Amino acid sequence: MTPDRELAIQVDDLTVAYDEHPVLWDVDMEVPSGVLMAIVGPNGAGKSTLIKAILDLVKPAAGRILVHGRSYDEDRSVVAYVPQRGSVDWDFPTSVLDVVMMGRYGDLGWFRRPGSRERRLALEALEKVDMTRFARRQISQLSGGQQQRVFLARALVQDAKVYLMDEPFQGVDATTEKAIVRVLKELRSQGATVVAVHHALQTVPEYFDEVMILNVRRIACGPVDEVFTEENLRIAYGGVVPFRAAAAAAVTEARVPTSSAQGPELSPHDPGS
Amino acid sequence: MSTIELEIQLLAVVVAVACALPGVFLVLRRTALLSDAISHTVLLGIVLAFFAIGDLTSPLLILGAAAMGVVTVALVQVIEGTGLVREDAAIGLVFPALFSIAVILISLYAGDVHLDTDAVLLGELALAPFRRFVVGGRDLGPRGLWTMGGILLLNLLFLFAFFKELKLSTFDPGLAAALGLSPVLLHYAYMAVVSITAVGAFDSVGSILVVAFMIAPPAAAYLLSDRLPVVLLLSALIGAHCAISGYWLARWMDASIAGSMATMAGVDFLLAFLFAPGRGLVAQARRHLRQKTEFAVSMLAIHLLNHEGGPEEERECRVGHLPEHLLWSEEQVQRIVRDAERSDLLEVRSGGTLRLTEIGRERARRAMAI
Repeated sequence: MTPDRELAIQVDDLTVAYDEHPVLWDVDMEVPSGVLMAIVGPNGAGKSTLIKAILDLVKPAAGRILVHGRSYDEDRSVVAYVPQRGSVDWDFPTSVLDVVMMGRYGDLGWFRRPGSRERRLALEALEKVDMTRFARRQISQLSGGQQQRVFLARALVQDAKVYLMDEPFQGVDATTEKAIVRVLKELRSQGATVVAVHHALQTVPEYFDEVMILNVRRIACGPVDEVFTEENLRIAYGGVVPFRAAAAAAVTEARVPTSSAQGPELSPHDPGS
Repeated sequence: MSTIELEIQLLAVVVAVACALPGVFLVLRRTALLSDAISHTVLLGIVLAFFAIGDLTSPLLILGAAAMGVVTVALVQVIEGTGLVREDAAIGLVFPALFSIAVILISLYAGDVHLDTDAVLLGELALAPFRRFVVGGRDLGPRGLWTMGGILLLNLLFLFAFFKELKLSTFDPGLAAALGLSPVLLHYAYMAVVSITAVGAFDSVGSILVVAFMIAPPAAAYLLSDRLPVVLLLSALIGAHCAISGYWLARWMDASIAGSMATMAGVDFLLAFLFAPGRGLVAQARRHLRQKTEFAVSMLAIHLLNHEGGPEEERECRVGHLPEHLLWSEEQVQRIVRDAERSDLLEVRSGGTLRLTEIGRERARRAMAI
């Protein structure tokens, strides 16, 4: 990364606490523009909280967050958000197309109703995730993978510069996983930035350019080649790194022997639990 | 039908529709219990506003009630926010407390005023036509009709203006907040609307009927449609139906009007619960039965296919053998073989031997592939 390259997201000294219990502790994060970044870490590491803090959904106790050099409050249309699939009620009486059009509500603002333009954008987004034939379908009739693709389409219609996704691969089938990866790469080729909370460590080197390894504190943040090392994962996961992930990290390490990990003073215990 | 009867029914329909519309979002947000709480705690708002103003007919009482509704929701959220008590318990703690304060205040200081607890619970629909709205000597109809008509109009305007915001903040509050559509502010505005509706309605029909009108028609409509605008429309229609049929039920039984309307709300919900296409119990049971029969027919076809052409075919593929092999009763075997035969899956030869047709073989192969 050249140092003068524009940052999509810059997080400085972010601390978030729920009732004096720190969930994120003095976290710095730099996301270069136009990359796919994974946020990994054990349960309770604060991955979702980090995304929610960027979106201004949780109030930080300290720290500063800039999205393309500005605070999120100033211009919300730069960021699109894909929440966890399980966070909504899929029995809600509405159709796939309607859910996708919800992505346009921010641009529409108060009072204005979605019209033919919104419908067209929603159909285009559904086509990108290969869900066109489900447009009129009731959302309660979708499988988990289809639900995730609908959520992705809803983010696509926001036509944002930065996409924040909370576990987009959670519980989806192989077809959906491929479809999502394809969309992510397409977004990158258009210059957009994607930050995704990710669980399957073994796919990090394959899907992402950059990685943030997090466990309440920042363990490491940077290009996958440099920071996705077995040692960093061991620090984050407290010594119990899933076997295949360790193997994946070992492969990366073999390719790039140097490690520019940051925050090595952490003990290998899990401070989050 | 006399004018009075007509006016009672008209008022009841307006109240029912005014309650049934905002009730849809209460049901969708799984906060139906809040309507119960609000319809009681608004009494405290009225009492306090009455003490401040000293006039029971002042429209400012409605504002006091609306404020108390918002206070109720806020208190519930504060208690829930401590993490020590769940939402349902928090509602159960807040509303009896506020309601009982109102009851005590009435009995202490306002015993001679028209604010008795019977009227609060059951309302006085039958008396509503006798309270007239008179302007400059001209009789403009029952006062309740004007109040509730205004509230219905307010609800319609609110739902129309904030339809997309209400929909998004109900379905996905996280995204609504991220997009800057202030779901919390909208929630409180919505609760103020529910409170105003509750106070306007309970003056006419009492708090029990307010809750019945706010919950039963939306819950029934939710079972009948998968589209939000249709759910809203059906909810209003079902509410109106409860009002009119409840009135005639009361006439016929010579019983409480509010009680009969609440009963009809229950009956309408029960009908939807049982007979709603797709989601009703009957439709579910039929679907279950059909799947069971289809599965049994597939099982039979697979059994026949497995033994087709083998040396044991004569023994295995006979009607008489099936009860032992597939653990079905004689009647089940008869019924399923008949079903399969009627769908051209197999033919019954002399001596009770069963032989699959090409369609039957295809069915068996497909069933095994899954």
